[in-house]
Amino acid sequence: MSTQAPNTTGQPIAFVSAQALRARMHDAVNDPHLRQSFRGAMDFLMAKRAAQFPDEGELDSLRSLSESIRQYSLSKLPDLLEQLEANLIRNGVHVHWAETPDEANAIMLGIARRHQAKLVVKGKSMVSEEIEFNHAMEAAGVGALESDMGEYIVQLAGEKPSHIIMPAIHQTKQQIAKLFAEHIPGVDYTDNVDALIQIGRRVLREKFEIADIGLSGVNFAVAETGTLCLVENEGNGRMCTTVPKVHIAITGIEKVVEKLEHVAPLFSILTRSATGQAVSTYFNMISGPRRGGDRDGPEEVHLVLLDNGRSQAYADEQLRKTLQCIRCGACMNHCPVYTRIGGHAYGTTYPGPIGKIVSPHMMGLEQTHLLPTASSLCGACGEVCPVKIPIPELLIRLRGEAQSAPHANPAMVGQGAGYDAKVSLLWKLWARLYARPATYRAFTWLATRFRFLTPKQQSGWTAARTPLKPAPRRLRDMVKDRR
Amino acid sequence: MSSHAPGTPARTYPPRPEAVYFYGTCLVDTFVPEAGMDAIALLEREGIRVIFPDNQTCCGQPAFTSGFPDEARQVVESQLGLFPGDYPIVVPSGSCGGMIRWHWEKVVGNDPALKARAAAIAARTFEFAEFLLHVVGFSRKDEGPATTVTLHTSCSARREMGTHLVGRELLARLGNVTLAHHDHESECCGFGGTFSLKHPDVSTAMVSDKVAALKATGASQLVTADCGCMLNITQRAAREDQDAGRSKPSLPGEHLATFLLRRTGGKQA
Ligand code: SF4
Repeated sequence: MSTQAPNTTGQPIAFVSAQALRARMHDAVNDPHLRQSFRGAMDFLMAKRAAQFPDEGELDSLRSLSESIRQYSLSKLPDLLEQLEANLIRNGVHVHWAETPDEANAIMLGIARRHQAKLVVKGKSMVSEEIEFNHAMEAAGVGALESDMGEYIVQLAGEKPSHIIMPAIHQTKQQIAKLFAEHIPGVDYTDNVDALIQIGRRVLREKFEIADIGLSGVNFAVAETGTLCLVENEGNGRMCTTVPKVHIAITGIEKVVEKLEHVAPLFSILTRSATGQAVSTYFNMISGPRRGGDRDGPEEVHLVLLDNGRSQAYADEQLRKTLQCIRCGACMNHCPVYTRIGGHAYGTTYPGPIGKIVSPHMMGLEQTHLLPTASSLCGACGEVCPVKIPIPELLIRLRGEAQSAPHANPAMVGQGAGYDAKVSLLWKLWARLYARPATYRAFTWLATRFRFLTPKQQSGWTAARTPLKPAPRRLRDMVKDRR
Repeated sequence: MSSHAPGTPARTYPPRPEAVYFYGTCLVDTFVPEAGMDAIALLEREGIRVIFPDNQTCCGQPAFTSGFPDEARQVVESQLGLFPGDYPIVVPSGSCGGMIRWHWEKVVGNDPALKARAAAIAARTFEFAEFLLHVVGFSRKDEGPATTVTLHTSCSARREMGTHLVGRELLARLGNVTLAHHDHESECCGFGGTFSLKHPDVSTAMVSDKVAALKATGASQLVTADCGCMLNITQRAAREDQDAGRSKPSLPGEHLATFLLRRTGGKQA
């Protein structure tokens, strides 16, 4: 594993300037249609999850077990990755290591060129979104087609996913009907959901047959057996990994577990947390290319292991917890901020609470330092996270990394990017005042005595509220006179 | 269950003490002193002596959650000597209580003596409502007229202190009070300290939804055990009233302590 800083430049992912983020958040909260559709969708997903966990005690023990499996796996990460590589090679899988998105894309483009591939058909993979795979392939003249229904819709619309599990959750059926009618030859407008699904399936089925390469993500990579596990609902994942001659799987280096028996609890809590399903419709275990006598399966299987900032998170004991994530999306479903602004406003591949804690490692704090502040720290994310990532604690840590004065040997690329000398000075003065009880008393005495001087404009507060005004007398004065 | 905190196991409560320390919080001290006074009155009415350390300022949470741990540390260290006796510490706020209970020990420097002191303080820190219910065993006759109220529980009371059922339980002990639950009850009101200043758009969207949900219950007022949420919600509602030209507040709010005291005969009872 690399110990070098991640690539934060030359990445095609949209630049998330603080100003642009604010503007997008502003637009999103003022879009009643968006507000209503995300509220409805998140309520639905929350209810589905809750129905899967009627017993709080069972949920808590499964969360503890899942947390410990993920922490155990991360504690042995370098060894497990080596073991995974050795076992995959033994199973006939080619293993590639990529430190940056560019490297990952170059590796995959190399494979495509060797096979003179014209079309890659893709199963759902957030890592491929992270590296902007489609973009890279198309720039090199190779077609990349999403075969997950949600991803396909997002691709037709020329957008990015707005949710890591439900990529097209922001699209209404009318919008989808319009997209299909515009983009798929011979299709008339229909907003019948079943009809739309059938249309999509028909288009995609044809593509599986002509695609040269199938691409997929990985949910769990088992080191001991060299098995790649893939969780999905549409069967397109199975098609992508079995029909084309070549299968390329891509995943982040954190997805490895040691033993097969570690997969079962994680799988169970993943589907229940994500979509409220007891199990997913498909669970694929991929252990290598077609063997003599096999009637199907790819002739060649590759695994690309991507770092992209993960080893930076790994190097710090607290930040490492970010890598426990199994990408269930429950944190976004329960997030009151995500519910109000939707996924696109974040401007990052991973939106919501997980996006706020993982994107700074992938993109550097220069671009992402405002993200961790966009949280009321209500703790709903940490409460539902199936692997108990203390998301609020990590948000606070990232706020500190972003705002402290830049120094040598920072834990993160872009440390100090949100540093503002004025703000830091204000907090220093605040500490002076509040750490000296006599000064504090004098200050609050003045504030209550001269309460009529309290400004009527109080930055963000009075944007929507009546102004705050100190009481005529402080609690401490009233306490003294109480008898 | 907590997210910041290492879990909130069912807590063992001490027997009713002879005295308590009252940690009023900076917000109550300057902005809502009557909530603090009423909480103190409820305790004193039960025969518990209330000690108010005069050197108390703030739990350090604003700096801590804003990413200024060193500034938070300075303030926390100035507060560590306030509680020399072995009495419980009662805080009329879930978020300040959560700060003391889960974060003081982490925030203070590496000096083991300081850490031990912070840990000892944390172990005897209680949110006011939880203390009133579980330690005092509050049970007084409701003397007020029949009324319907709605309750907001702060995220820190809910997820850090694990005391989300306490407010309900206390209100249930008042015979003439009906509690009307609101839609998305467990959702944040959008305050989040500096979040409300830094992200007014999103914070406003959240508090407006909360106000609408609370009003939709038709309750005559809001009750909450956290003054931060209370000011956020009621001053948003007041602003809506202002903008709509209403002179009567559509969502008045009270701290739980004020409400309980008023309903059960006030100080003299
Ligand atoms: S952080 Fe936790 S809740 Fe969010 S996607 Fe990852 S595993 Fe799921």
